[in-house]
Amino acid sequence: MEFKIASENVLAKESKQYRFSLYKVLIAIGGFSFALFCAILISSAFGSSNIPFHSILSLLLSPVSFTGAENISPASISTIVFQVRLPRIIMSGLVGAALGVAGAAYQGMFRNPLADPYLTGISQGAALGAVVGFILPFNVPAALIPVLSFISAIVCVFVVYSIARVGNTLPMTTLILAGVAIGAFLASLTSYLIITSGDRAHGIIFWLLGTFSLADWWQVSIMTPYILLGIIIICLYARPLNVMQLDEDQARQLGINTEKVKLVILSAATIATAAAVCFCGIIGFIGIIVPHLVRILFGPDYRLLLPLSALTGAILLIVADTISRTMLSPSEIPVGIITAIIGVPFFLYVLRTRKKAVF
Amino acid sequence: MVKLILKDATFSYGRNIALQSVNFETRAGELLGIIGPNGSGKTTLLKGMAGLLPAIKGNVMFDSMNITRVERRIIAKKIALVPQNAVLPDLFTALEIVLMGRTPHLGLLGYESEKDIHIALEAMDITRTVHLAQRRVNEISGGEKQRLIIARALAQEAEILLLDEPTANLDINYQIEVFHVLDKLCVDNNLTVVAALHDLNLACQFCHRLVMLKDRLIYKQGTPAEVISSSTIKEVFDANVHVYPHPVNSLPVAYVTSNMEINKAKNLQWIV
Repeated sequence: MEFKIASENVLAKESKQYRFSLYKVLIAIGGFSFALFCAILISSAFGSSNIPFHSILSLLLSPVSFTGAENISPASISTIVFQVRLPRIIMSGLVGAALGVAGAAYQGMFRNPLADPYLTGISQGAALGAVVGFILPFNVPAALIPVLSFISAIVCVFVVYSIARVGNTLPMTTLILAGVAIGAFLASLTSYLIITSGDRAHGIIFWLLGTFSLADWWQVSIMTPYILLGIIIICLYARPLNVMQLDEDQARQLGINTEKVKLVILSAATIATAAAVCFCGIIGFIGIIVPHLVRILFGPDYRLLLPLSALTGAILLIVADTISRTMLSPSEIPVGIITAIIGVPFFLYVLRTRKKAVF
Repeated sequence: MVKLILKDATFSYGRNIALQSVNFETRAGELLGIIGPNGSGKTTLLKGMAGLLPAIKGNVMFDSMNITRVERRIIAKKIALVPQNAVLPDLFTALEIVLMGRTPHLGLLGYESEKDIHIALEAMDITRTVHLAQRRVNEISGGEKQRLIIARALAQEAEILLLDEPTANLDINYQIEVFHVLDKLCVDNNLTVVAALHDLNLACQFCHRLVMLKDRLIYKQGTPAEVISSSTIKEVFDANVHVYPHPVNSLPVAYVTSNMEINKAKNLQWIV
């Protein structure tokens, strides 16, 4: 066309520069995966008995020929690492990844920088289910608490979704308002149950603040498929989320079925978040700060933002949990408190300094 | 070439009827202008044609199918829309915005091929925005954003281009250039272009056919010479203008004169 004025060289240069920014995705994912491995290694070393890094590394790489470390037998180290620490580390990593991705997806879907995975009332739903499990008059098996919590969380989001739906559409504002309203209602019910729960209140509050102290391989094996499924589905919707950063009309005009995207993101984020919180309680701030941190470092492209939010969420929660179980060892601080203590100052810092670059 | 046929289509926002009983069809290779006063339904008509607003009565046919039943991705491959005052997210770069136009052509993971990037950059070249490629949206002006949105629509490689006030924020040189591009796309690529316009003179100069709206109805349609006259403009816009043939191509040109000047002229005539 005669209107073209830029030379092929200029176009090739711009094209190359853009393609480099796509390679950045692979480089960043590789780098963050390595950081995650390091976090797992460091976290495995710290605890009531500290184990040298080289011992952890040789144990992880070749468990059969492992010879142990000073003063600790190979069998003890193997038990500490494989039966006590690793399930807990893997679980905190999975939960961090789920909350990071769900937070990023919600911030994109709602086009709201303050959105987090709990915006649809899922945490209050999960909490109510768990509290009911704790206070039932007969002795509920510990394994049943996550089941009650999971079901209650899913039912809560379904109720919020049904209330928010207008005809064939799901307006984001009504979804937020319905989530806040139902959440407040369930929170007051939960508070009432806690007040009347007598001596069981301490255990409930510990659970509500978030803890990985009960983590074992069985729990990890149950939550893993839900969380991975949720994360993979959300990551496949990265491009539609990018386009939905325009407005809904523009996104639809560009070929995005926005109602389908909203339903898929809501379902996937709900499954991942419910699977996470039902085992470890309500862990705050990971879901809101992690996407912002990644956005500041790597920009707003969801194709990068979503996988990196998963990795960063995993790293941060592993670190927070390591602090929570070692700071006052042998007693433990609920990890929710640590994430809030790290999260609040960071969030305020972001709010003050990078207002324009954050969203 | 895909064709849009509006059959007795009525559109509304809630209970408020925005446009009533519209009947017309697009023609390949034609630049069709939609004109009419504020609130007459120009934007509604474009949204209806893009399938973004379903008709509550009658229908919009997209290749002999009701457009509301066609998948958004298929529509997006055939119809591109340049909305009015579109909001762009601040942190994306200009090239990323234009590449969003390639969305209906991309695979499952949503990564662009070299060809997609080349098409987007060519569209940016046509709208004179290549130099902005790596700049973030919050660093560029309103007119430049408008050109980016036009580039995004061109990158869609659609057969029908719908434009809502495409030249509203542009300098006169870019206004003319945009219309030259649209005209060329119609002639060379047999594209259908439908543009809602406020500037009647641009509409007369570049559009092959005009649809004039008044009070949510089609008031008149035809060639610029058939539609634009002092009386129709007075009737539809309630404005006093003088319409004369353009000295070069004889197409109608509306001349605006201030009331003071009209009075002066009358006085002069009286004196003479």
